[in-house]
Formats: sequence, C-alpha cells, structure tokens
Amino acid sequence: MLDIVISGLLLSGTYALVALGLNLQYGVSRIMNLANGEMLVLGALAAFWMFTVGKLNPYLTMVLAAPLAFAGNWLIYRFLLRPLVSRSKNQGQLEVDSILATFGMSFILIGIMISIEGGFFAYKYLSIPIEVLGTKASLSRIVAFAVACCIGLALYLWLNRSRTGMAVRAVAVSPQSALLVGIDVPKISALAFALGGAITAVGGVLISTFITLDASIGVIFTMKALIIVIMGGVGDTRGVLIAAVILGLVETTVATLIDPGLTLAAAYLIFLGILLFRPQGLFGRKPT
Amino acid sequence: MIRGSFTELLIIAVLAAFAATVPLVANGYWLSVCVTGMMYIALATSWSMFSGPTHYISLATAAFFGLGGYLLATGMSDYQQPFWLMLAIVPFTGAVLAALIGLATLRLSGVYFVIFTLGLAEMIRNLVSWIQNNFLGSRGLYVLTDYTERHIYWMLLAVAATVYMLGWLINRSRLGFSLRIIGGDETVARHVGINTATAKVILFITTGFFGALVGGILAPRYSYIEPNQVFSPQLSFLVVIIALLGGSGRLWGPLVGVIPFTILWELVQTYFPNQTTLFLGVVFLVIVYFLPHGVVGRLEQALEQVRKRR
Repeated sequence: MLDIVISGLLLSGTYALVALGLNLQYGVSRIMNLANGEMLVLGALAAFWMFTVGKLNPYLTMVLAAPLAFAGNWLIYRFLLRPLVSRSKNQGQLEVDSILATFGMSFILIGIMISIEGGFFAYKYLSIPIEVLGTKASLSRIVAFAVACCIGLALYLWLNRSRTGMAVRAVAVSPQSALLVGIDVPKISALAFALGGAITAVGGVLISTFITLDASIGVIFTMKALIIVIMGGVGDTRGVLIAAVILGLVETTVATLIDPGLTLAAAYLIFLGILLFRPQGLFGRKPT
Repeated sequence: MIRGSFTELLIIAVLAAFAATVPLVANGYWLSVCVTGMMYIALATSWSMFSGPTHYISLATAAFFGLGGYLLATGMSDYQQPFWLMLAIVPFTGAVLAALIGLATLRLSGVYFVIFTLGLAEMIRNLVSWIQNNFLGSRGLYVLTDYTERHIYWMLLAVAATVYMLGWLINRSRLGFSLRIIGGDETVARHVGINTATAKVILFITTGFFGALVGGILAPRYSYIEPNQVFSPQLSFLVVIIALLGGSGRLWGPLVGVIPFTILWELVQTYFPNQTTLFLGVVFLVIVYFLPHGVVGRLEQALEQVRKRR
C-alpha cells in the first residue's frame, strides 16, 4: 500500500511539471497545443541520443535541451501560431485552427523522430534502488521528482513575484484587458508558449530516465497532461498540482493492482467524472 | 448549386449509378484502392455531417470503426452468429457509444469533446486487449465469409448513398437549420430557443452509427481481426484530413477530397512507407494555412470572383 503511494507521488511530480507547461500554453497563449506530448518525447529522444552517442549525463542534456526547446517553441509560436491568432475572429475559431495546426506539427515531429530512432528509447541511468520510508524506489525517479519540484517552485515564484510573471498572469485572466493596461500581449503569449514548451521538454528528459518511450507515444502524454489541466482548472497552478497527484496515484494503483495496460482507461474514468460533475475544474467557479 | 436542392440529389444519384459499375471493369489492385476510397467517402461524409456545421472535430471514427469490426468478429467467431445479423446489430452499438460520449461532452465547450475523442480509440483498444487477455483467452478472431472485395465495395456504396440521402434530408430539415445556427454562433442559437446539446448529440449518434456499420462491413476484408489493427487511431485522422481537404461546409465536399487524397496516400505508402506520418502532418498544415475551407471553399471563392467580374 505504501509503495503505491510513494511511487504514485514520485510519478505525479513529472506529470505536474508537464501539465504546468501545457497550462502555460493553453491558459496564457490560448493555444490548445496537441503537439505537447511530442515535445515531451523529443526531450526524451534528446536524452537517449546524447546518452548512447555521447555518453552524456541526461541531467546535463536537460540543461542543454531547455533553451533549445524554448527557442524552438518561440519560433513555432511566432511564425506558425501567431498568424492563426490574428486571423481568427473568436476563441472558438482559434481553438479549431490551433488544434488542427498542432496535429500537423505533432505528426511532423513523430515522422522526424521515427526517422531518427524507430525503436524504443531504452537506456539505463541511475536505476539504483534506494530505500524510501521502508519501500524501494529507483534513484532516477527520486531525482526526477526533486528536479520537477524545484522547477515548479521556481516557476511559481517567478509568476507571483516578478513583473513579467504578473504580466503573464494578467494575460491569462484576460488578453483584452491586459492590452489596455499596456502589456505587450503577443510578446507575453510567445514567451508563455516558449516557456511551456521548454518545461515540457525538460519533463520529457526526466521521464526518459525511468520510463522507456518510443517516437509515437506522445499522444498518451498529451492526453494525461490535458486531463490534469482540465481537472485542475485551466490557468490554476494549485489545481494542476493537486490534479497531477490524483492522476499519479490513481494510475499507479490501477497499474499495480489490476493491469499496467489500463492506466489510460483509469485516466479516462477520472476525466469522465470531471466532465460530468466538475467541468470547471476542481477549484474552478461555475461561469456566470 | 443551392444547398439541399433536387439537382444536387440527381447529380449524386448519377454518380452513385456510375460508381456501382466500377467493380465490373476494375479488379485486383485498383478495386482494392476503390474499396478504400469508398470507405473514406462513407466515413468522411458522415463525419462532416456532424463536424461541418458544428466545427467540432471528432476523432472518434477509429473507435466506432473498431467497435463495429471487433463486435462483428466476436459475434461470428465466438458465438457463431450469421454475418447479416451481426451487421444489423453493430451500428446500434456504435450509436449507443456515440450517445454516451455525446451526453458526457457535448453539453460543454468543443475542446473537451476533441480531447475526449483524441485518446478514445487507444483507450478502448487497451480495454479490449485487457478483457481478451484475462477473460477470453484468444488473441484474434476470424471473420470467414464468401464476400469478396466486390461485394464489400457495393455494400460500402450503399452506405455512402444512404449517408448522402440522410445528409440531404437533414440539411432541409429543422435540425439542419438549427445546426447551421449553432455553427454560426452557439450563444445566439441558445438564445433563439434551440436545444443545442440535443441537436449535436443526435448528429453525433448518426456518425457513430455509420462508423460502426462501415467497420462491420470491412471486417470480412481482413478475415483475421485483432484489436491492435481495427482500433488504429490513424483512421480518425485520415477521415478528418479527407473531409477538411475537400471542405466540410458542403455535403459533397469530402467526395472532392477523397479521390486526390486516396491516390496520394497510396503513392506515399508505396514509395515512402516510412514517411507516412510526416506526410499526414504536412497535409494538416497545408489545410490550416492554405485551404481553411477546403478545395470546395477555394472553388466557390474563384467562382464568386468570376461572377463579380462579369
């Protein structure tokens, strides 16, 4: 029982990180990014590739991958998604367009990744069992959890204490009003999108140290991140953290007690419950 | 061409009669391409009956298709039921699944619906594999019939024609009218007294019905049915691409998209089998950035300009 709780909690750390990335992209930039999971897998591929080819420590890859993912996502937003934002007349139109465009991007990313590595991204790093509160967990999971917590905390402080962070939160609340108080909304949106992508890629590097991924698995992670964001309430950092813990615990319980193949079904069950009973998110208020 | 006019119906009838003669001249490879094309016509048209007016992108096609094929195979293989009986039952299971999804998600904003359908086929595949491994013991099912590609083609043609007829009738009905208002502005639709959720759920049920039916018809083609194969999520995306490439604003839009796309897809699969995913991605981007209303939208735009110049 205790090992389920511990490994569930450890897993939820990385889930929370990835969901925070998606939350920035959807909550601030208003882009429903369905290529989010592919960005994660791209991070994992980078870690795998650097490890097998260059014998490079995955955590070092993480430090290198973050700025690259930031730049890449900034370019994607600036040249592919910004035109869609300017073209759309309302939020609904933008949602349809961004969903289709990010589908396209996710397929292109999968195609590129398959041509780099068609098999599993299997490598071993820090898979030493460590005793935690009487149960064994691999060191890589613990490090991933710790790194995820640090990044999450840094993000939280940045959003709540800095001037730019405040601008980001203002855009999240209302892009129109943010414009009125002199915030450069396109710039902040691009920043949030790029930061979200970088965080997701970092999450991918972390996950790759303890889960073996392959090029086409991204959509599963997109689903999980989306379920967490919806469960937590779009734009709600605290809600996202709690939702990630719930998903991590439920998934681990199902995987240990029933069957590891049913984790997606478990996630769907949670999703269904949220849609039926609290579509506004765990802590969200009903729109008036 | 006026929406829902009798001329439209007549043109479709002529095309269908012409299409019915295809198996008499084509066989082998070309017939199998035509079967695939006809499958896409039926699926994409029923897809755009729902998604065209409402702009809700459904990715549930693979789930319905897989459900139809898998249940038909279970009935025939494990319970020795005749093909036609199973074919009569499976569409209703698709409709029930669609009704459940619709009731859970279509009351809310469109994004939830898209997300829910995104992983649906994969989730059902996991569930089915789990049930099969733990309770049934067999990994695959056999569908043995005397039907050849030719018969499958004619069955699919009949389904496609039915979908058209239904779409045409809906376009002329109150339901079609309310759907167009919902697509224009959902808030307005609600304010003029349209029950938006009911209208959307009804249309989505027809999509589920025909998706499962097509899945059932296609089952004899594979003869050996396995969850991994019938619940392939790629089908959902192919259907979306075909419908949007043609243009989902018109009932006959997907028909325009099917022919070029099926040919291109066959070519890509033959010559660049490793780049199929990349190709799908590029087509998606082309649609979003250059053909937002599909080929049909572009044609109508061009016609409009010609008319203005006169």
